[in-house]
Amino acid sequence: MDTLVDIRRLKKHFPILGGVLRRPVGAVKAVDGVSLAIKRGQWLGLVGESGCGKTTLAKTLIRLWKPTSGHIYFDVPDVVKAEIEMLESQDKNGSKLNSLLKENDLGTFSSSRVRSFHRRAQLVHQDPFTSLNPRMKIKNIVAEPLKIHHVLSGHAVETAVEELLDKVGLSSGQLERYPHQFSGGQRQRIAIARALATKPEFIAFDEPTSALDVSVQAQILNLLKDLKREFGLTYLYITHELLIAESVCDYIAVMYVGKVVEMGKPEEIFHTPRHPYSQSLIAATPVPDPTRRVGRIVLPGEVPSPANPPPGCHFNPRCSRASDECREFEPELKLISNDHYVACFYPL
Amino acid sequence: MEDLVRIRDLTVRFHTYEGVVYAIDDLDLDIRQGETLGIVGETGSGKTMTALAILRLIPYPGRIESGSIVFFDKGLRSELELLKLSEDKMRSIRGCKISMVFQEPGSALNPVYTIGDQISEVYLLHQRQELGRQAKRRIDSLLGNGGTLAASIKRPFWRWQSRLYNKIAEGSNPLEPRILSHIPLFRRLLWRLKDEAGLLTVSMLKDVEIPDPDRVAGRYPHELSGGMKQRAVIAMALACSPELLIADEPTTSLDVTIQAQMLELFRRIKADRGASVLFITHNLGVAAEVCDRVAVMYAGRLCEVAGVEEIFLHPMHPYTKALLEAVPMPGKELQTIPGALADAFNPPPGCRFHPRCPSAMPTCQHERPKLKEVAKDHMVACYLY
Amino acid sequence: MSDWRFTARQLAKNPLSLTGVVIIAIFIIIAIFAPLIAPTPAGQLNSYMIPRDGYWAEPQPPSAAHILGTTQGQYDIFYGVVWGARSAFRVALVVMSITLLIGIVLGSLAGYFGGVLDEILMRITDIFLAFPWLILAMALVVVLGPGLKSVMIALIVVWWPSYARLIRGDILQVREEDYVEAARGLGASSGRVIIRHVLPNAIYPALIMASLDIGAVVLSAAALSFLGLGAPEGYADWGQMTQFAQNWIVGPLDNPLKYWYAVIIPGLFILFFVLGWNLLGDAFRDIFDPRLARR
Repeated sequence: MDTLVDIRRLKKHFPILGGVLRRPVGAVKAVDGVSLAIKRGQWLGLVGESGCGKTTLAKTLIRLWKPTSGHIYFDVPDVVKAEIEMLESQDKNGSKLNSLLKENDLGTFSSSRVRSFHRRAQLVHQDPFTSLNPRMKIKNIVAEPLKIHHVLSGHAVETAVEELLDKVGLSSGQLERYPHQFSGGQRQRIAIARALATKPEFIAFDEPTSALDVSVQAQILNLLKDLKREFGLTYLYITHELLIAESVCDYIAVMYVGKVVEMGKPEEIFHTPRHPYSQSLIAATPVPDPTRRVGRIVLPGEVPSPANPPPGCHFNPRCSRASDECREFEPELKLISNDHYVACFYPL
Repeated sequence: MEDLVRIRDLTVRFHTYEGVVYAIDDLDLDIRQGETLGIVGETGSGKTMTALAILRLIPYPGRIESGSIVFFDKGLRSELELLKLSEDKMRSIRGCKISMVFQEPGSALNPVYTIGDQISEVYLLHQRQELGRQAKRRIDSLLGNGGTLAASIKRPFWRWQSRLYNKIAEGSNPLEPRILSHIPLFRRLLWRLKDEAGLLTVSMLKDVEIPDPDRVAGRYPHELSGGMKQRAVIAMALACSPELLIADEPTTSLDVTIQAQMLELFRRIKADRGASVLFITHNLGVAAEVCDRVAVMYAGRLCEVAGVEEIFLHPMHPYTKALLEAVPMPGKELQTIPGALADAFNPPPGCRFHPRCPSAMPTCQHERPKLKEVAKDHMVACYLY
Repeated sequence: MSDWRFTARQLAKNPLSLTGVVIIAIFIIIAIFAPLIAPTPAGQLNSYMIPRDGYWAEPQPPSAAHILGTTQGQYDIFYGVVWGARSAFRVALVVMSITLLIGIVLGSLAGYFGGVLDEILMRITDIFLAFPWLILAMALVVVLGPGLKSVMIALIVVWWPSYARLIRGDILQVREEDYVEAARGLGASSGRVIIRHVLPNAIYPALIMASLDIGAVVLSAAALSFLGLGAPEGYADWGQMTQFAQNWIVGPLDNPLKYWYAVIIPGLFILFFVLGWNLLGDAFRDIFDPRLARR
């Protein structure tokens, strides 16, 4: 499997403006140096609590926002990436490096190139109650990407829309209705149909089921499974519910305060977590099984603000294993076993 | 165990433009003394409406059409029919005997008052006599000691204050303090009541494990994190030592690790105070963690009520079974429930679940199954049993 | 529920809104059928000029020839108020639509793009809003030379800043909505995002305010005409007809209400026109206000 999306040392900081002159006085380091590779056909789960930067990562990756620094490669051959790395380390040949970056690094794309890139990569928002324009009919909502990218025109659009709605399990008799006439699950299906319209290769999902009921959630997850198989899609799936990540994803990355702290296959992450944060996150997840009530680790304290994270390992104030080293230095993400990375000085 | 609340034949309807919504349809439910009862259900199942009906806070255009809600007041040792009480009496029960914690801690707190002021308010509203007693005790101790000049000058004033607070402590609403509290400058003579409430507030905040409660009491809601706000809301709900605490999705807007802390807190509250908790959630995992008994609702009706282990290990109602199957669990194929939630305006006749039920029988289509006890303490409304 | 039925029900629920609809409908009928209601005398080229019957100053009471009497200078009041309805609609609609257009364009640019552009545009609107509007309008009319056209230009100049501001505020809010971000995520250009996603969701408050403001526009135009800065003498315009009555508000000592028709009749037309639009504006608010859930 080759790599489709490759994020290297990605940072996204939001300035905090202060004073009379509205000068930046600090920054919310929402994403602070994340490197992540998504293979073609993979279903990558990005897990973390609110404020850990998982949504920011997805929106920067899809280039709704411009990254502060770092590279985003979408379907770029390894040779080119290696050449960029080499040129960067040599610190010369500025013009060649710049032209290579402009050609390949999504982070530096012009806005018109970003727009055409959106044909290949899509984002599905968290809340289907706010992500659909309330004053547009369903057929126009689903047809919009086709019209924007001039994929189809005239009557072909209408048949395409009907086909798309059929794919996500909605009948074509509902084309003339408005979003408020649908339930949450149906709206999320419409949003998914819209994302599929231009036949993208990659779709990022930002907690697509967190606003939905349990039974509807299962329907949507099964739909995503089917669509992935049918169209050979690559998914980035953001969620705070570990049970979902564990049951549907092929690979999982755990984020904490702007950084990835652990990456690995779901079996490994959930059965032998190596980072103390992953371990307590798993332990804190309620399971619908009253016999498994005991042995829960209740993590003290709260998630620190990404505007002012604690020095060293960001998890150290809540970690029972923290030493002076953890309070001073930031651990790097290291490979510890087959395809399993962890950023901790004292992995479990 | 004895019942604390007994709901019988409760029906709540919403009369809207587009028709009548049967929010709750003939509900029978008991909340026992000292237990945590979970109500589990999806959107539109009527779980929140059940809670609001107990408090008689059904929003317009909803109405409680019929039924009875009996509340056994431990303090007065009497039965109260909540649906027949006067609005005044109901107000004295709300927030005092029965209190509620809402899903969004942010909107349950008033942004322009400090946390301390808002919790003190509850004490000043519902426990004036107790506060008066405390204040009198404090003044009396002042009267007893000290022979300094300043003390002997102030003594007559203290004596008068002591009498004032005594009146508050004795009467339910005495005239003299009531008049004083309406006169701007004299109102400040009652400051000791506020002080006592403040002390109680800080100890309450400490009780819900808020670190540094003195400082937090002086904070405004927006200065606190979501978890801290929810703790403050819980402190407010517990202020009057309620006999029933209703928690409507109290952890839904919180992070997993904070949710775990909160569930721990709920368990401790129940153990320490012996209060009953009505815990409303859509998350089956959370229900399994905190509840003693679980009631499953679908489209305004009760499907199944049983002990927590019983319901999770031996679910009987097809809906309960399907709901449990729909929870994603590693190493298990996700099962979906076919079809969509019942239409609120036009619910299916008979058993409301029958169009989606794998084991539906002809009777299910036109006759409503009654709730019956099929095993010990296990009630199911289904024709299969 | 269909939009039409919802609208009808909202109107029916509020009798005052219905009154507004009726009043404005009557004015529309008067304006459309003005040539039938008050035919232009043969030989008169410009129908908007009020025919006059002599030149002496004192207004004449209603008679068979002039059913509502005549004003100072013997202009026919009936003809004046009927054709004046057309002038009123013209002033109101032209001023309001151009004001809205300017407000939408500048408000959208400032609100959607923000930054320096927003600062510049909003400081310009602040400058305009800092002037007392009536004095600014009067100065403008004097500079441009009196006439209905100058009045309309002056009113547009003093009116647009509040609309630009209102629309900017609503756009700032809608800009942050998820569906706007989703549209950008689909690859839509800024123009498309503004026109298809932001404006349709941000414009209703401005439309409601516009319908409430139409009455105020007519009132302001009448005020300028009353001050002698409006339409040329003899032009069918309610404001000017009140100006004709300036010297005849109080009659002679023995009969102070002698010239009531000269003041009251044009005054009543203005009053009902403004009242009608205000009531209609309330009706629009009931219908469009998104806070009123359609349940």
